[in-house]
Amino acid sequence: MAILRGFKGGVHPPYMKLTADKPIRKAGIPEVLYVPLQQHAGAPATPLVKRGDKVLAGQKIGEINGFISANIHAPTSGKVKNILDHPHPVAGRSTPAVMIEVDGEDSWVELRERGDYLNTAPSEVVEIVREAGIVGMGGAAFPTHVKLSPPADKPIEFVIINGAECEPYLTADDRLMREYAEEIADGSYLVLRAVNARRGFVGIEDNKPEAIKEIRRAFKKFPQFEVVELPTKYPQGSEKHLIKAIIGREVPSGGLPMDVGVVVQNVGTARAIYQAVRFGRPLIERVTTLTGDAVAGPGNYMVRIGTPFRFLIEESGGFKEDPAKVINGGPMMGIAQYSLDVPVIKGTSGIVVFSAKNVILTQEGPCIRCGRCLDVCPMFLMPTTMAKLIKAGRFDDARKIGLFDCIECGSCSYVCPSNIPLVQYFKYGKAELRLRRQR
Amino acid sequence: MGVITISLLTMGGIGLLFAIILLLAYKKLAVEEDPRIKEIEALLPGANCGACGYPGCAAYAEAIVLEGVPFNKCAPGGAEVVEKIAKVLGVEGVEVGERKVAQVMCQGTDEAALDRAIYHGINSCRAAHFTLGGDKECYWGCLGFGDCVLACPFDAIHMTDKGIPLVDRDKCTGCGLCVEACPRDIIELVPISQKVFVLCKNEDRGANARKYCDYACIACRLCVRNAPQGSMEMKNNLAIILDHKQVDGEAEKVIAKCPTKSILKLVDDEGEFHLPPALEGAKIVPTLKR
Repeated sequence: MAILRGFKGGVHPPYMKLTADKPIRKAGIPEVLYVPLQQHAGAPATPLVKRGDKVLAGQKIGEINGFISANIHAPTSGKVKNILDHPHPVAGRSTPAVMIEVDGEDSWVELRERGDYLNTAPSEVVEIVREAGIVGMGGAAFPTHVKLSPPADKPIEFVIINGAECEPYLTADDRLMREYAEEIADGSYLVLRAVNARRGFVGIEDNKPEAIKEIRRAFKKFPQFEVVELPTKYPQGSEKHLIKAIIGREVPSGGLPMDVGVVVQNVGTARAIYQAVRFGRPLIERVTTLTGDAVAGPGNYMVRIGTPFRFLIEESGGFKEDPAKVINGGPMMGIAQYSLDVPVIKGTSGIVVFSAKNVILTQEGPCIRCGRCLDVCPMFLMPTTMAKLIKAGRFDDARKIGLFDCIECGSCSYVCPSNIPLVQYFKYGKAELRLRRQR
Repeated sequence: MGVITISLLTMGGIGLLFAIILLLAYKKLAVEEDPRIKEIEALLPGANCGACGYPGCAAYAEAIVLEGVPFNKCAPGGAEVVEKIAKVLGVEGVEVGERKVAQVMCQGTDEAALDRAIYHGINSCRAAHFTLGGDKECYWGCLGFGDCVLACPFDAIHMTDKGIPLVDRDKCTGCGLCVEACPRDIIELVPISQKVFVLCKNEDRGANARKYCDYACIACRLCVRNAPQGSMEMKNNLAIILDHKQVDGEAEKVIAKCPTKSILKLVDDEGEFHLPPALEGAKIVPTLKR
């Protein structure tokens, strides 16, 4: 019997999963790749190559720098043309990137396949994941080896595999679950073993029946796992809300899922772990959804990291209409781009391109105290009050009422009838507080 | 005795009693305050700008007298106030630094600087800078929302119709609040006599800088080569004046070759301030685009 579980708050934007029926297609490799050294939460990687070096696909070109950081690998073979500042899809400015002139041969470093990969020792799995530069592929790009190495005083009971994909328009995880369910299952099992968890869950929203079917079938061989059908609501894919919906625990303020004995991994990450452990393949490609009303060839593409947005869009048929807004990620939490030269990075779950019809520029109006933002906030915060405090420069007071608990899901901005850019206020407030802490 | 007399006597008696208690309390609990505190507070400008590092003029006056902190920290008051305070404190021979004013080190007007996108969000420089960096292609350029204008307690910095703020040198007291408000560190406090300035903060490679803005420093080094030895340097693709007195001495030679007019002589030999070319004909706008 299916029990619908959920969480309080959230919104129901039009889901617009236009590309759900488009199978994953391999995208071409452009002549030049730009591989940013920072594609993850934490410190940027240290470059290991210099101008003129020849690189092979899968060769490490950026070394992990500190505990919270990640390795970077060459997505294909070619020559390093330069290490230069290049536009970055998340930073909003140019950051150091390795520019690789592709030789077209796509020759790989030597990979060693593991026979009995499902029985790899847990510590070895963590080491392989760290070496392969795997980061959370749902969007936030938090280094996965960190999540897989919880401190000894925080035992992990449960593993949750995140297949919710609650962002409108995006279908990359949906397709991945339909087409690579076996790989996801094996990867999830490796995660379960790596953190020595008792049970596992896969959470999928009920608007993806095909994916649920495939995942159920693939996970049959692992009785430790239960596939949970979740009601479709944004932001179900937030790890805190997934934990709440599936096992009923609440991550404490300022805490991490490991504080309640849980590790959450995205389905894409699970597949990357499988690829790394079984074949020794580092993370150099991902599935990304190209969609929106302005592109001629919307679909789900397997793209090499470092491929400029422009190349992918042109290869898929170019623009159908004049693009007005290009977003890295989904329309709720994604980041608007200022250049089409930005490359796909490990966290690029989607590229949404809107024509002017779908971009409404509105003016911020006064707060009318309707309280809708309070109703929808899934973290039970007071968005309007926090925004007012930040506007008045009272950052510390905003922090005291939970600014850092905000997950920036955008539900409040979505419902605000006065079009107040609430999430921008919160991002700004957090940045200002971080700056003050540094001083 | 009538009711009125009784009431008057009672009330009067109570009044007298309390008056005596108050008088005794006043004598007994009196706090000696140094009269100089009030005197100094009266001398300070009373703008409570905080440039001295204290919450306001009264707090600063108290700190001078009670804690003996240096009394030359009041930027708005300048030399005049310092001398008067010296007299109150009975100190002689105090050195007063040269008056400083704020200078906006950017010529990236709406015309001159390239936009990379339409910015749609909070109309504040700090909010734009700390979220994704605003609409300008140049990451170091002025965003033009006027956080500095709002920060100024002396009405000494205004937004122009070209999108770059302009400092009123007569009103500017050098308190530095605009310097702190600017998220891109474009505003600097400069000695009032300094003549030559590099009006650019862009640290990009020359080729990019040239694309982004007509008045960008493109790191061609011509000014550094023509400046007296050691008075200028190139740092992060940007010309920097190390010793303004030496550079001012050779002003014409240093600025002559600049291909983008990013190094300029803004103050002539008579001490008159001239607008940089990007701001020529600029008008002050009364309201900000907020």
